[in-house]
Amino acid sequence: MPNMSLKKNPMPSQEPDVRNNNFEEVALGYTEEMALDEAARCLNCKNHPCVSGCPVGINIPGFIQKIASGDFEGAYGIISEDSALPAICGRVCPQESQCEKNCVRGIKGEPVGIGRLERFAADTHMKSGAAPAERPASNGHRIAVIGSGPSGLTCAGDLARKGYEVTIFEALHTPGGVLVYGIPEFRLPKAIVRREIEGLKALGVKIETNMIIGKTLSVDELLGDMGFEAVFIGSGAGLPQFMHIPGENLRGVLSANEFLTRINLMGAFKEGSATPVMHAAKTIVVGGGNVAMDAARCAKRLGADVTVVYRRSEAELPARKEEVEHAKEEGIVFSLLCNPVEILAGEGTKQVCGARCIRMELGEPDASGRRRPVEIPGSEFVIDADCVIMALGTSPNPLIKSTTEGLEVSRRGGIVADEDGRSSKARVYAGGDAVTGSATVILAMGAGKKAAAAIDRDIMGAE
Amino acid sequence: MYRIVTRTPLNPSVTKIEVEAPYVAAKAQPGQFIILRVDEDGERVPFTISDSDPVKGTVSIIFQVVGGSTEKLNHVPEGGYIADFAGPLGNPTETEGIKKVCIVGGGVGNAIAYPVAKKFHQIGAEVHCVIGFKNKDIIILEDEFRAASDRLIVMTDDGSYGMKGNVTAGLEILLKENSDYDEVITIGPMIMMKFVSLMTKQYGVKTVASMAPIMIDGTGMCGGCRVTVGGETKFACVDGPEFDGHLIDYDEAMDRMRTYFDFERKAYDEACNLFKQEVR
Repeated sequence: MPNMSLKKNPMPSQEPDVRNNNFEEVALGYTEEMALDEAARCLNCKNHPCVSGCPVGINIPGFIQKIASGDFEGAYGIISEDSALPAICGRVCPQESQCEKNCVRGIKGEPVGIGRLERFAADTHMKSGAAPAERPASNGHRIAVIGSGPSGLTCAGDLARKGYEVTIFEALHTPGGVLVYGIPEFRLPKAIVRREIEGLKALGVKIETNMIIGKTLSVDELLGDMGFEAVFIGSGAGLPQFMHIPGENLRGVLSANEFLTRINLMGAFKEGSATPVMHAAKTIVVGGGNVAMDAARCAKRLGADVTVVYRRSEAELPARKEEVEHAKEEGIVFSLLCNPVEILAGEGTKQVCGARCIRMELGEPDASGRRRPVEIPGSEFVIDADCVIMALGTSPNPLIKSTTEGLEVSRRGGIVADEDGRSSKARVYAGGDAVTGSATVILAMGAGKKAAAAIDRDIMGAE
Repeated sequence: MYRIVTRTPLNPSVTKIEVEAPYVAAKAQPGQFIILRVDEDGERVPFTISDSDPVKGTVSIIFQVVGGSTEKLNHVPEGGYIADFAGPLGNPTETEGIKKVCIVGGGVGNAIAYPVAKKFHQIGAEVHCVIGFKNKDIIILEDEFRAASDRLIVMTDDGSYGMKGNVTAGLEILLKENSDYDEVITIGPMIMMKFVSLMTKQYGVKTVASMAPIMIDGTGMCGGCRVTVGGETKFACVDGPEFDGHLIDYDEAMDRMRTYFDFERKAYDEACNLFKQEVR
């Protein structure tokens, strides 16, 4: 008998006024009772529209039925067939615009909490201390993966499970890519990422850190002297964009990438950290995406009063709704339909003291289909701040493109790749943000999966 | 982990270490830099490469103890290990078409100026150098510079060795005598590079300055190393570290260096206290 409650079981969370002072995880996860109750809301409908909303096609009704029957490990097994990183996706996927968007229960009431159930299955599996998968016998083929973010980890995992000898080359000192340098601890605990990476190592995947492909080694060297048969480029979109307005290089203006990397990768929020981070009194975050929400919530936790400045209205905020709600609950102020035109310095100094902003209104839709924000003349005003964080999006890093002959890139700097991740250069594949520009963890995972399958087909087909 | 193969004190506060890093050594060129972390909890600190040996697989850097991380690095013994060492980063010094060059280095910046001088010397350019130090006791690499230069002027602030005065005094002598420099290259404290650039501008000589701003990753990801050059924003890590000295906004760059000044001061004091306790 399905549970016909119109509402999802709410996610137990830290109280807003408590969590905005710490970096521990905000969402605490379902208990067993909540999971059973929520799983019973799934009608296991015939067409399972949810699955078509999932970029990696997880058998969603299948795993939910397992949870409903109390077989949590079985649920994890079903998710694992299609997803390499369930504990991560259960936390950071935008389910509201994917699987849950299509859920029949969402027509009247709230959809089934698919993401929350996925997280429950993954966390329960982790807590059970189940032994990691065993290393399969080698098939003798060596593959290089550049970057250890979601697409690289997924591609490496899929190939390793098929017996390939995979080496991941990571530019930073710690693997995980955006999962460790970008997404904060309070949304995705780093212990979870470490655990997924340990799982890959158990499968025989080697990880070489401090290897900046394009500098330390080139793609051609990997394919040549180093003896790799194929290379997957999952180097992400690491290059921060700026507004190119006056005052942007003042002391106190930084990219969200820098701010978040100091906090997440370098642990600068911890007492006694060797890496400094700005502890501002008043911070402006420019932008409305998930990265802007992450930066705003981090700044709040470091003690600042935070204002998010975004040029469109609330409806157009690209961030997940849940992130926006969390940010508001935590006391972050949103200054919408407003855009900075100049960063201001204190008199006689080069230290930020605020931003001159202008009010905007929405005009005709632009190429992206969203209504174009237009400045309202004469509406300028000043927001005081001693720190301004630019969270305007990122583009793919040109380091690999500029050092790899025959690798085609798009006008926006993304590597050109077909549906299966094949690039314009033989034996070179690419996926994730390095191809699409900044997108989501799950889309990057999907791309890593497809490329792994294509690499396998191409190598096995050639034998 | 990366082994420190040799460790050579050059003066009381400046030390040269040779680090085993074969991949970096195979590619390293003068003008490029590396990023290291001393230990697992360490910060990422950039250092310009002072020498490399692709056969031995080693890369040398020269550092001065100025903060918590360099204090810790100074306590890693020969044969000891540091956690991370990544590179080579940035673009190598442009040497093509340059037949006569004047290199102006200041303080520990001379550690980076030296491989640049050596490189020009090796490719057959005429190399003049002006190297400046506070006083006689902290002069480094004098013999090496002499071997790589057709002309060398050593300056000290207090006149305890060589000529008395700032590097600009020595540079002016050379600029007056030589109107045919293809380029002046300056490496050292930003305030020094600013005044070198102001002087060469008067003489109309193209000038390249090597910038070492705050950065984390060194690959273009953080944007912390933004420098305004000719009104445009450049990232020192991927667009530099060398830029046209006449176009750099030095005042802005110097101010940005102060971003974490209080923190660094405190970290240095704490590291010093820690090592003092160990000695006791």
